[in-house]
Amino acid sequence: MNARQSPLLEIVDLAKTFPVYNAFGSRVGEVTAVDHVSFSIRRGGVYGLAGESGSGKSTIARLIMGLLTPTGGDVLLAGSNITGTLGTRAHSRQVQMVFQNPGSSLNPRRTIGQSVAVPLEAHGHPRADRRRRISELLEMVQLPASFAERYPHELSGGQKQRVAIARALAVAPQLVVLDEPTSALDVSVQAKVIDLLTSLGRQLDLTYLFISHDLSLMRNFADEVGVLYRGRIVESGPTAKVFEHPEHDYTRLLIASVPVISAEEEALRPKIPLIDGEIPTAEKLLALRESQRTIEVPKRT
Amino acid sequence: MSEALLSVRDLSVEFTTYGRTQPVLRGVNLDVPARSHVALVGESGSGKTVTMKSIMGLLHMPPASISSGAILYDGRDLLTMSRRERLKLTSTDMSMVFQDPMSSLNPVFTIADQMSTILKYADRRLGRSRSGRERMQRVLEVLAQVRMREPERVARSYPIMLSGGMRQRVLIAMALLSEPRLLIADEPGTALDVTTQAQILKLLKDLVEERGLALLMITHNLGVVRETSDYVYVMHKGVVVEEAPTADLFASPKVDYTRSLIDAVPRLTGARPAMPVEAAP
Repeated sequence: MNARQSPLLEIVDLAKTFPVYNAFGSRVGEVTAVDHVSFSIRRGGVYGLAGESGSGKSTIARLIMGLLTPTGGDVLLAGSNITGTLGTRAHSRQVQMVFQNPGSSLNPRRTIGQSVAVPLEAHGHPRADRRRRISELLEMVQLPASFAERYPHELSGGQKQRVAIARALAVAPQLVVLDEPTSALDVSVQAKVIDLLTSLGRQLDLTYLFISHDLSLMRNFADEVGVLYRGRIVESGPTAKVFEHPEHDYTRLLIASVPVISAEEEALRPKIPLIDGEIPTAEKLLALRESQRTIEVPKRT
Repeated sequence: MSEALLSVRDLSVEFTTYGRTQPVLRGVNLDVPARSHVALVGESGSGKTVTMKSIMGLLHMPPASISSGAILYDGRDLLTMSRRERLKLTSTDMSMVFQDPMSSLNPVFTIADQMSTILKYADRRLGRSRSGRERMQRVLEVLAQVRMREPERVARSYPIMLSGGMRQRVLIAMALLSEPRLLIADEPGTALDVTTQAQILKLLKDLVEERGLALLMITHNLGVVRETSDYVYVMHKGVVVEEAPTADLFASPKVDYTRSLIDAVPRLTGARPAMPVEAAP
């Protein structure tokens, strides 16, 4: 029982900066994409990272996958520090990723079967058993085994994303990083893919890191969330709590901006003050709050 | 609805590729009365973009062909009038806000250049003319209308110097240059972050109300529909399957397809109504 409660993935003080070069190739500074981020995901849980473009959410995914090297901090998987082995074969057996756009994450010249076989080959799955394993994987994502012979262009967007999920599950990983897995899909297809991910998570005891800018989806799929703004987690906690009682102004602005389809949801959206008759940008709102805070302090004392 | 500004009557469009003919729109009827906000919603492949392109005369023919129907603007059929007359309408009185602010602007010209060119051609079609200085004045005026704080600076900028939200504002400003009566917006703000999208939608709504424009919004996002329109058409496989006042559609969808579409949208409250739930183990 203790193993269930313990975190599968722990991110401690993770940081990534990118160098900035001028036109002559000399280094003139750096940008901080991930600014000392810490969070943990319990075994079997779904942790959602919400944020807008440039917030650093995809960089975090890439760091965890070992596609980028962190400039600081540690990644712990099941209690052991794996910062040094990120990106190795042993690491990829435990951590897999589903990318955003299934149109470009599948090789158009490989059949579905060949694509799903790549991780099996890389991890030395017995050759004689590969065909059976591929059918099994396709069946797991609710596709007919005959799809193994097809090419990506013969599949719909939702079917391609199912293939990408099957490929990620091929080596039976513990953690799956989902980087905007449904943002390229229609809502009805999205609903089915999310249902599939939910039931696979339960069946295979998977842990998910779910990255998305779609807050309504995050509310439904993640059980804990972290809100990223400019490389920092500004607010985190159980999903219901963060959505019903957002504390940080940025979280409030983000939730208030979601177009919704019912009065109940409308009631849930925080009221954001208009600045000059307009919805403020995040920078403006935070600057306004900052200035109000400095005015309020002397009054209280 | 009577006396619509734009009225699409029984429009059928088919595409012929490699000798095969495929119907894409089948008898689409749609009305946009003056000063109304109408949404056209559907998933990919439903025909909403083809409908928009037919209205604006942007369909490539061939492969497309309009097999039947009429598109009445102010009572006159766009499909039977001369090309010249049609261009006069579609480039002045009817305006279009495109989806992708990254690819709809020319990267090698300044915003002022691009906007004054549009204005020059719109003026020419209307048989007017104005000096470069007057054109520039109008450009700055419109940029201020879309709530740009520094219109002069924006006008001097190249697209790459502006953020996504500002580029989308420029596209809206471009659409307003010729003082249209009808604005057609194709997925405005979908390429943007949610906070920027909220700003753009509010701007669009304010502008349309202030200037008494009719707005036809094409989108796949039901939240956007609810937030910007009073009347909605739902398209599926080239057919308008349901139309209703927006509030009624969300309160009591009549058609199964609409219901399933609404049910598929994840809710901010976390409630998942009528989802295809699998039996719990």
